[in-house]
Amino acid sequence: MSRDRTPRTLGLILLALLVFGQFLPQWTLFLVTVALAKGLVVLGLMILLRCGLVSFGQALYYCIGAYAAGMLGRLFGASDVFTLMLAGMAAAGLVGFVLGFLLARYRSIFFGLLSLAVSMILYGLLVKTEALGSTDGFHVLPSTLFGLRPADAWVRYTVLAVALLVAFIAALLVHRYLGTPLGRLAPAIKDNEIRVEYMGASARHAIHVKYVIAAALAGLGGALAATTVGHIDPEMAYWTTSGEFIFITILAGTGNVIAPFLGALVFGVIQTVAFGISPNTWQMVLGGSLLVVIVFLPNGLWSLFRGRKLA
Amino acid sequence: MKIVNVTHGSFYALGAYAAASITGALLAKGMPPSLSYAVLLGSALLVSVIVAPLIERGILRFMYAKDEVVILLITYALFLILEDVIKLIWGVNPYFIAEPYGLLGSFDVLELTYPYYNLILVGVAIACGAGLAWMLGSTRTGKLLVAVIHDTEVSRAMGINVDRMYLYTFTFGSLLAAIGGAFTAPTVSVVPALGVEVIVLSFAVVVIGGLGSLPGAALGAVMVGLVRSAAIHYLPQAELFVIYLVMAMVLAFRPRGLFSIAEARKI
Repeated sequence: MSRDRTPRTLGLILLALLVFGQFLPQWTLFLVTVALAKGLVVLGLMILLRCGLVSFGQALYYCIGAYAAGMLGRLFGASDVFTLMLAGMAAAGLVGFVLGFLLARYRSIFFGLLSLAVSMILYGLLVKTEALGSTDGFHVLPSTLFGLRPADAWVRYTVLAVALLVAFIAALLVHRYLGTPLGRLAPAIKDNEIRVEYMGASARHAIHVKYVIAAALAGLGGALAATTVGHIDPEMAYWTTSGEFIFITILAGTGNVIAPFLGALVFGVIQTVAFGISPNTWQMVLGGSLLVVIVFLPNGLWSLFRGRKLA
Repeated sequence: MKIVNVTHGSFYALGAYAAASITGALLAKGMPPSLSYAVLLGSALLVSVIVAPLIERGILRFMYAKDEVVILLITYALFLILEDVIKLIWGVNPYFIAEPYGLLGSFDVLELTYPYYNLILVGVAIACGAGLAWMLGSTRTGKLLVAVIHDTEVSRAMGINVDRMYLYTFTFGSLLAAIGGAFTAPTVSVVPALGVEVIVLSFAVVVIGGLGSLPGAALGAVMVGLVRSAAIHYLPQAELFVIYLVMAMVLAFRPRGLFSIAEARKI
């Protein structure tokens, strides 16, 4: 096995973005931060996809994370960005743990559709809950960092720096996890689950663990998105949001933990550019690029970097 | 065909848009309103016969070898594209055609007013369902199709033209979606979000019934309809999520839906 270069690459990307981020225009900072938030969600989906599961309801945890962060600020006035993210992550992880008992029994299309159903339940609930703003959602209080609020010109950069740091840690941990026996079980489950059971490993347990990790990551991403965008609404749990995440997952590929963030960034750029050029047909551009990726790059964008097959 | 087809929502929307614009145009030219029902059917036929083969022959047929989930994603991509095609052709403003609906008037059941048009909807739905059941069970094409779905390779070895069967099936399925859209068009305002909403609902229906089961789909549709109406009547806040609650409950206890078809385990 060749030397593991992923942690070093990750560190270099982090440093580069931290240094050059200061000089980038404000709107790119926003774009990158949102991409990082989505990248976190997609990182979780990637873990699931590695064992062949596609969750069409990951927006559920994204939305839970965002609402947990938003409500914490609303009810208790908490505004520390790390507290909010931890809250989002914990809430989503907890729900994921409970639902995992049910969902870990399902495979292929049924897993996807059941997770879709669950996320739509949350959407239906939120739309009809007037205390939480119904379809309009509500504004999230501006967040602070260790009790301080950076100067206006630096807000975007600070949020980006925090997001980068969080994404870096998450990516590193997931990378480590993928190397553990439990993480390495994923491709085996995808290939042939019955043989996994014969080997003495529990596929259901492995999937449950992965599901909780994915949920927690999605919650983290949701909380990050909530603090970045400053507004949350039930649309975050709608099935089109889940579709967007899956889109990015397929676009990125499952080759490496860097891929989801790269995919999310490319997605953000495609979306922004397509929207700028032709506001009425940006979905068409997205759909078209998804088709192109599925047909020509079945292993996602990441396969451009590594031609050879990865574990 | 073992395809979970998101594009179905687009065909529903396409049918609705085509029906609304064609019927509207013809009525403006002085067509007697009583003919509009035939026009509704005709416009559904028109869009599905043009668009469905294009999609099936142009894109989908190269994808059948891929995983079920990947095919779902491909149809999702096509759905995104078609959404914008619809917006390009018809714009974003809503369309109304109330004539077929208003023409028939309504009657009273006890204290409730019930429009006659809804009876037509029920009739069309039953006719489509019965026609489909008859076609699958009693005609040569239908039986061949069942065989193809069960085992593509053996069917091909037996001399069935599998490609053509796929084309027919996809077109016919899309036609049904377009008919659904066309006949619903007079009762609603036709807006771009039509396809997005209907597709998750129909997923709920088929999953409750069991994927690939005709009686299951019929039962699922009735269940979803009743549950939704009951929710609107008794507890309006619950309207949206109650459907998905039913879907989740059914899946929790019958993981493959109510009328699931047994599948062999491959080791």
